[in-house]
Order: sequence, then structure tokens, then C-alpha cells
Amino acid sequence: MRVVLAEDLFLLRDGLSRTLTEHGFEVVAAVDNGPSLRRALREERPDVAVIDIRLPPDFTDEGLRAALEARRERPGLPVLILSQYVDQLYAQELLAGGEGAVGYLLKDRVTHTAQFVDAVRTVAAGGTVLDPQVVARLLARGEARGTTAALTPREHEVLRLMAEGRSNAAIGQALHVSESAVAKHTAGIFAKLRIEPSADDNRRVLAVLAYLRR
Amino acid sequence: MGKAFGRCQLLSLASLALPWTGALVVSALLLLPVGLGFPLLRPAAALLRRRADRQRARVGGWTGLAFPPPAPLPATARAILGDAGFWRDLRWAWLEPLTGGLLATVSPALFWYGVFGALVQPFVWRRLGDGNWYAFVLVDSPGSMRDAVLLGLAFVAGALFLAPTTLAGHARWSRWALGAPSRVELVRRIEQLTGSRAEALDAQAVELRRIERDLHDGAQARLVALGMSLDEATRLLDTDPARARVLLAEVRAASERALRDLRELVHGILPPVLADRGLGDAIRSLALDSFLDVEVDVALPPGRLPAPVESAAYFAIAELLANAAKHADAREVRIALSHTAGILRVTVTDDGHGGADSARGAGLLGVGRRLGAFDGTLALDSPPGGPTLAILEIPCASSSPKTSSCSGTG
Repeated sequence: MRVVLAEDLFLLRDGLSRTLTEHGFEVVAAVDNGPSLRRALREERPDVAVIDIRLPPDFTDEGLRAALEARRERPGLPVLILSQYVDQLYAQELLAGGEGAVGYLLKDRVTHTAQFVDAVRTVAAGGTVLDPQVVARLLARGEARGTTAALTPREHEVLRLMAEGRSNAAIGQALHVSESAVAKHTAGIFAKLRIEPSADDNRRVLAVLAYLRR
Repeated sequence: MGKAFGRCQLLSLASLALPWTGALVVSALLLLPVGLGFPLLRPAAALLRRRADRQRARVGGWTGLAFPPPAPLPATARAILGDAGFWRDLRWAWLEPLTGGLLATVSPALFWYGVFGALVQPFVWRRLGDGNWYAFVLVDSPGSMRDAVLLGLAFVAGALFLAPTTLAGHARWSRWALGAPSRVELVRRIEQLTGSRAEALDAQAVELRRIERDLHDGAQARLVALGMSLDEATRLLDTDPARARVLLAEVRAASERALRDLRELVHGILPPVLADRGLGDAIRSLALDSFLDVEVDVALPPGRLPAPVESAAYFAIAELLANAAKHADAREVRIALSHTAGILRVTVTDDGHGGADSARGAGLLGVGRRLGAFDGTLALDSPPGGPTLAILEIPCASSSPKTSSCSGTG
């Protein structure tokens, strides 16, 4: 799987590149600034891009803007954004298109190599991965407004893992229950939140997030 | 016209009373050498000041002219003698009847003379006999009496017509005579700026101390602990791998906490989205983070506001939003940002139970101080029972000498 990597700090770029290569990805370009990233995304047409949000030359949200532009040109281009902080506004902008194949993670998460690599794979496969921090805040917000009050604690947990982009199998593993039990819970959640169930992992995350954002 | 005439009338009468006050003050001054003036001067000067203040308020109210009040009258006779405001009042007291008062009297004098011609002459001209001149008309026959009546009516009309002009002239004169000397204004402004600068520096020092303490107690301490755990794990690697594994897991957890500490610290100094995108998006992000229903309406010019203004406005709005959630039990908040005539204006309205007071509450006081450093203001309308409306204004042009306008790209 071909990856374009954008990260301005040499140590991190080197580490990420090594991690990805070790897990069978092919890093076709590792760049350290916005213009180079734009060029690499156009020329290399990667299967997935892993991008630091803050890049030279202006050290603001250059990485995010380059990613959004590239996705306008090539809808559904899988992009995993990494950042030292997560911001709801940026999460919303990434999700706005509704095509999925996006991820938004805190940089800290790359220290859990297995989870990070999973996230890259999920995004490349068209899924959506959100940082637990974003999800927690969205859920807390829904809670405060009473929109998720109808959920049981177990359903609540399932919803959280679902929003983080995990499959039913992965949720079942995390909660030590069977996959069919998870399916039952998700059906319950959809019914209570009045969301049409769908076979599409990405759709269900977007639906949940859209509901919670209301 | 009629209103202007009434005002001219009032001014002319007031100026008639003024020489007495002036004379009283001068008497006190003349009696100074024999000592009697000392106890007299203070009340005389105070009386004069009251009259001057009334005139300032009167003319200011009529014309909308701002009359910066002079510095308060000193308490002792000696200090009064050295007070520029006192001498200014005294000069006004002597000049007003001769200039301003005279100017204001033109219209009433003409009016009453016209009234005399039109209403009184017809009844008294027979009894006045020879040599009864009304203006330039010798009134000695019914015909000339009619002329006098017409002339009187013309005078009345002329007086009313002239009143607004003379009133405006009087206002200009009053402004010159009664406005505080520019030096006094400058001194006052310097005092105010010195005060707000001292407060800004204090706040900055406190902020630096907080950052230093947070780094020291938080991330720094965690990193030290982390190093110790790593050392211990290295030592245990051969003898007790299971224990080493546990320690390494702890190390990872500690490093995550250190990162979280640093992240929160950075957010408290300058929220990254504010640094990236500017005030509008930072407030939108704040709204998304809030548990309340927050509606944000941004009408800012393209480009960035000066960074310190953005920061001050951001933290002020964050505080108001937190107050709405914490103290007012609000459910919905509306935030509107606009920028007109070099002033950044923010209104924050919530549907909570009100009762907020900017004179109490550390948060609101902090907001006021933060804005004070930019000559900004926080106006709060929060009756018990709500709703609360907060209006925040920051003049951007004066915030930074390098930035001539709010919309300059910073």
C-alpha cells in the first residue's frame, strides 16, 4: 500500500516512516512542508496520506488545507490527519464531505504502534477513525443535552467505540462480547437514536456524529 | 427655532447672574493679602465651579459637544491659586457676560424689542407724544404706528430666525472658554495609560509565573519520574522481565499524561485554532466544544486582527461562555462578532437567569482588566431573572502602534 507522509519534524517523520515500512506499507514520499505535500499528493496518487496538520511554510493548518484540497480534486482520497491537539472544528471540516476515508488522531496515538497502523489501514479501506478525545467530547455533549440519555451504559460504550471507527468484531473484542451481541447493541442504538441502520461502517459513524453534533 | 430662542433667553439671563460670582471670587482674591481671602476663596471658587459645570452640562447636552471636565478643585486656597482649571473658570466668568452672554442676548433683545413694537406701541403711542421713535420710525400717526407694528413683527421673526445661529456661536465660544486645557487632558490620559499598562504587566507576570509553575509541577516532574522508571526497568530487564514490562507500561502512561499536561498548557496560552485560523474560527470551535447550544455569527473583515486583540477577545468570550454555563444555567447562547469603524464588537447573549455583576466575580473582573489594556470595555446587562447581554468592545487601531487598522494582516 502506497503512503504519502507529511511531517515537518525529522525525528517524527523518520519514526513514522520506519513504523509504516515495518508494517508493510510503501512510503512513496516523505515531505516536510505544504507545497511539497500538494505536489506529492498530485503526482504520487497514494492509497493513503498521513499528514501532520501544522506544516511549514506558515505553520498553521497547512496540512489540513492541503488534504481538503486534494480530496476536492480526488473525492474519497484516504487521509489520516495527525495533530498535537484535536479540534472539533477540524473534525467537522474533515467529515463534512461525507465520503469517509478520513482519520483525525492525536500524535500521541502513534506511540501505540498497533493502533496507529490499524487506523491507517481503516482509513485506507474507506473507514473513518476519530480520536477518542473527539469522540469523548461529542458523547459528553450529547449526554449534557440528553440526546444519548436513553442509551444503556453498554450501548454507550459500543457507541463510543463505533465512533472511533472500530468494526463490530473489534468492538466485540474490546468489550469481551460476541460479534452478534455487538450487532444487537448497534441495532438498539440506531433505533433509539432514530438512525437508519446500514451495512456501511463509515456511514454509521457519520450518522452518529451528525446526530451528536446537532 | 423656538427651542433655540428659549435657550438663548436662558443663557442671557444666566450670564447676567455670572458677574456676581466673578466679583465674589475677585473679592476673595483681593482679600488674600489681609488673610480674609483664605477662608473665602475656597467656597467662592466652588460656587464658580458649580456655575461653570452647569454651563458645561447645559451646552454639552444641547449640542452633543464633549466637555472634558477639568481636574477637581484643590482643597486649599494656595493650591487653588495654582490650579489651571480655576483660572480658566474665572476667565470665563468675566468674559461670558461680555462675549458669550452678549452673543446669546442678541436674539432675545431683538425679540422683546419686536414684541414691544408690535403689541405695545399701538396702545401707548398716543400717550408718549412727540419724539416717540421706534427704531427708525417716528410714531406719531396711525400710519406710522402701522409701520412700527410691521417692523416689530419683522424683528420678532428675525430674532427667531437668528436664534439657532447665535446659539451655535455661543456653543463654540463655550467650548473654547470651558473645555479643559489639552494639557490636563493629556495628563489624565497618561495617568490612565500608566495604570492600564501596570495592570497589563502585572497580569503578564502572573501568567508567566503560572506557566512556569505548571511546567515545573506537571510535565517536568512527570518526565523525571519517567526517566527513573526507565532506569529501574532497564535494571530489572534481566532479573525480572515481568516487573520490567509493568514498569514500561507505566512509563508509557506517564508520557501520555505529560503530553496531555503540555497540551492543556499550550491551549491555555494560545489555543492552536486561534493561532491557525484567527478569531472567527476559534469562536466557532469554542461553540462546538461547549455543552450549550451556541450560535455564532461572525461578520469580520477578511484577514487577521492584531494577535493581542484576538487573544484578549477569545479569552473574554470563553469566560463569558463558561459563566453562562456555570452560573446562569443558560441553555442557548448567541455570540456575534463584528468590526466597524476600527472597533471590534462582540455581543454575547444567553437565556440564563442573569444576575451577573462585572464588579464582582474574579472571572468578569479579569475580563475587564484584560480588555482595559486595549482601552476595551465590557458592558453587562444582566437583570436578576435574565437574560444576560454582554457587549465587549475593543478599539483595534490603538491596540498596536505597528498595526494601523483592525483588518491588517497580522
